[in-house]
Amino acid sequence: MTRIIRPLFLLAPLLAFLAVAYVLPFAGIIGWSVTIPEPGLQNYSTALSDPLILSVFWRTLRICAIVTVISVVMGYILSLLWVRGTPLVRMLTELCILIPFWISVLTRAFGWLALLSNRGLLNSWLESLGIISDPLRMVSNEFGVIVGMVHFMIPFAVFPLASSMRTVDERVLLAARGMGASRTRTFWQVFLPMTAAGLMGAALLVFVFAIGFFITPAILGGGRSVMVAELIYLRIFQSPDWGLAAAVSVILMVAISSLLALLLRQLSPKSVR
Amino acid sequence: MIRLRPGHLATILAVLVGIFMLMPLLAVVPVSFTPKRFLSVPTDELSLRHYRTLYEDREWFEGIWLSLRVGLLSAGFATALATFFSMGIWMFRPRFAGLLMGIALLPMVAPPVVSALTLYFFLITLTKINGVFAYDTMLGVALAHSVMIVPFAVVLVSVSLAQVDRRMDLAARAMGASLATRVFKVILPNIKFGVIASFFLTFVLSWEEIAVTIFITSVEAVTLPRLMWQGLRDNIDPAIAAISVVLIVIVATVVIGRAAVAAIRAR
Repeated sequence: MTRIIRPLFLLAPLLAFLAVAYVLPFAGIIGWSVTIPEPGLQNYSTALSDPLILSVFWRTLRICAIVTVISVVMGYILSLLWVRGTPLVRMLTELCILIPFWISVLTRAFGWLALLSNRGLLNSWLESLGIISDPLRMVSNEFGVIVGMVHFMIPFAVFPLASSMRTVDERVLLAARGMGASRTRTFWQVFLPMTAAGLMGAALLVFVFAIGFFITPAILGGGRSVMVAELIYLRIFQSPDWGLAAAVSVILMVAISSLLALLLRQLSPKSVR
Repeated sequence: MIRLRPGHLATILAVLVGIFMLMPLLAVVPVSFTPKRFLSVPTDELSLRHYRTLYEDREWFEGIWLSLRVGLLSAGFATALATFFSMGIWMFRPRFAGLLMGIALLPMVAPPVVSALTLYFFLITLTKINGVFAYDTMLGVALAHSVMIVPFAVVLVSVSLAQVDRRMDLAARAMGASLATRVFKVILPNIKFGVIASFFLTFVLSWEEIAVTIFITSVEAVTLPRLMWQGLRDNIDPAIAAISVVLIVIVATVVIGRAAVAAIRAR
């Protein structure tokens, strides 16, 4: 009997807290999705057939795919220097990764506004140099959203990439060079395949993070390129349709869980070897 | 020992990425000195008026003060829960440890907007029962933040438990130590740095939490990020640039300071 009771002293507080504050309320959200405005599954059929909502889903997937590819490529380059540079280079790279990482998402989104908006730094410079007469539109559109999201996601791409690069055995690379492979060939045919698992992990991680992302698209998209997370916010606070917002949340949760299951399999010891 | 260093092309590309990473942080500096009342780049005169706003306006002081209190409360609460939970998993290795861990990490892996809606539901339900732990109150925000940050505390404390020698606990148990003695006198002293680190990380996470905060506050419990959000949404207030510069300077000082200490130690 004590074998069951004693662990409970330690385990129960957190589990009870999350059950009451998270699991039950999420069940409540599922409840909303099938009872508001009236019982039935019509919210789900609307969410999966309404052209406006489908276009939001589609835009979310497209933006997240673009963001994932760009962040992983840029993150790869940064990780390469963070892991394999000289000590000084490593330190400088680390600052470029960690300083933005610790700064809040709001400050970073605001930084992009300061840089890219109509009266921002870039447009002011270009105008004073006489290169452009009207400001270039770089925020309140998908371009701004993608730039801001890539900036947010790069550190999350770097961490798995760097850890997979650290496991590469230096002797394998030296062997490839010793057998006459050029530096370029050693990279493409030896180093890159050895870090492929890290690349896949980073891509999935960034994609999963990006899908539920809310703040950066809301600020840099200016309401024009609404993504699924912002759609939920708008349907709760601006044009209330709680049942639909709940249904979209449940769909989002299911989609992300499936992706995470994939991520876990990707990161499981078997695939890493 | 690394012998093959990245070549010129990789270095040049990495410099470009590095500039990309730091550019938006540097861009807020000139904007924060604008004399105008809207987002703009100062051309002929610089002004400190937006820094004065931060200093003089009660709104900003109250936002910072609220964020500090919420951060300390939720970080303390979440770290305590997470420490006991992780110890329970580590000491007893219960049969469904994987499942229990999964539940504890749920708020970290769920999309933030889903967590926000879930906690909104939780708090408006609580509001019907009481007025203290409720929608748009300090303790309501602290409770919601605790949910969001507790998984990170579980991860950090579990990582530091993984480095503790299990035989120490077994020895204490064999000599008849009670559960409380084992927890507080044997294990806790060995993971105190992990616990402190988890308190610090969860405080920072609560301090800058915004996605959930937007859903669960309106006019009463306005945290610092919530205040910044309002300034960003309506028409962009350059006071945001001033507070951003302050926050960036703090973070940069800490990160650079740590790197410098590490570099000196490595010599």
